[in-house]
Amino acid sequence: MTDVAEERLRDALTSDLDAGFAKVVRVHSGVMYAVARGVAALPADAEDLVSEAFLRAYRALCGYRPDRIAVLDLRPWLLTILRNTARNAARDAGRRPAGPPRHEPTEHDLAEGVAAPDPVCRAEQQETRHGLGVLLAELPEVQRTAVVLRHAFDMPITEIAQVMNVKEGTAKSHISRGLQRLRVLTAAQQAVASGRRGR
Amino acid sequence: MTNDNSPQVDARIEAALAADTPAGLVDAVMGKVFARWVSAPSSIGEVYVAFTRDGMQFLRPRGDEEIAEFTRAYRERFARPLMSAEKAPAGLLPALHGRPSQTLAFDLSALTAFERSVLEVTRRIPAGQARPYGWVAREAGNPGAVRAVGSVLARNPVPLLVPCHRVVRADGTPGEYIFGAAQKERLLRAEGMNLDEVVDLAGQGVHYLASDTTNIVCFPTCRDARRITPRHRHGFGTVAEAVEAGYRPCRHCRPAA
Repeated sequence: MTDVAEERLRDALTSDLDAGFAKVVRVHSGVMYAVARGVAALPADAEDLVSEAFLRAYRALCGYRPDRIAVLDLRPWLLTILRNTARNAARDAGRRPAGPPRHEPTEHDLAEGVAAPDPVCRAEQQETRHGLGVLLAELPEVQRTAVVLRHAFDMPITEIAQVMNVKEGTAKSHISRGLQRLRVLTAAQQAVASGRRGR
Repeated sequence: MTNDNSPQVDARIEAALAADTPAGLVDAVMGKVFARWVSAPSSIGEVYVAFTRDGMQFLRPRGDEEIAEFTRAYRERFARPLMSAEKAPAGLLPALHGRPSQTLAFDLSALTAFERSVLEVTRRIPAGQARPYGWVAREAGNPGAVRAVGSVLARNPVPLLVPCHRVVRADGTPGEYIFGAAQKERLLRAEGMNLDEVVDLAGQGVHYLASDTTNIVCFPTCRDARRITPRHRHGFGTVAEAVEAGYRPCRHCRPAA
């Protein structure tokens, strides 16, 4: 996302809020969805979460004066709204009986870069079901989000830290731990694949 | 390339990161976030209509107004962005001329439960007929809320489609309308209601008509009441008087609870 493109989006919003917002949705749906996939269990839930977040963003924009929109960093602002929306949704869901909690690694796992309980076995199941993309689902949300923003959307560390509401150092460590973990998972997956070929 | 000194990302991880953005994501999100609008002819002239995926949400006369004005009014009330639709939803065009469509759905999610039930009740009043505000209040489950019904209908988001012009005063006169009293009278006459006779009867204290062949008592505009021949027709001021005289309230126009 270049500064010029962001600038153009802000101009579009101030000249015609609704038409400008249509452009914002077209430009930023992809990154919103990629982050939403980190918190939503199902693709359809991610789509709903993205839509809900865009609607909240629009409602906020309705109350903003043009000079405020003129200095708005749209992408991190939208992603922050998305993560807040997800948190509220999770809190609401917490009031109802829910399924098992999302896998959170222990400090030991993070340090060792080892997935619990058995990466080979898990990776094998995952690969047969969905293929490679599902590896991301094995990452804790913070690592997944940081890695996706950095390496799939080429987002600067400062912006990632802003979106995730953490220090830059923390954002960097989420990225490197996430990558380390992905490396272990892909290695395990490859081992499983070659083992199968050997049979 | 990356500037955070992170290790190189190998090809398989690249592939995993190529997030599986589903085809049609943007269209799906646009469909959920944006409401659509069309401009269409109606029995009161050209109107703007806004609708969501759930159904019709807002209708206002076009007049000399630009779409920007309608968009602004819509935004104030529903806080949702609007974009133009390629075509009108099925059933809208006939409904705009008073021909109700079973397929036409409504999005009344921005309303309170009472507002919704007032509109649901009003929607069932057939063309060519009218009911008093008090009847709507009672059918909506709150007999005391007669004035509240007036307030709800004065803010009806979807006039014509929910025919609030068919809700009239207890004295038989049309009363007020979101688009003006004259427009209300014109619409009622255009739908075939004999407004003069209703007012005339009310002037004589007659608010209900009964038939001594069927022993049924109705609102004067009820389809069944209009079929009563003069020599079998009896007028009443209240349903209680009619019941006292041995008549049963009509099951179509439901003049009593």
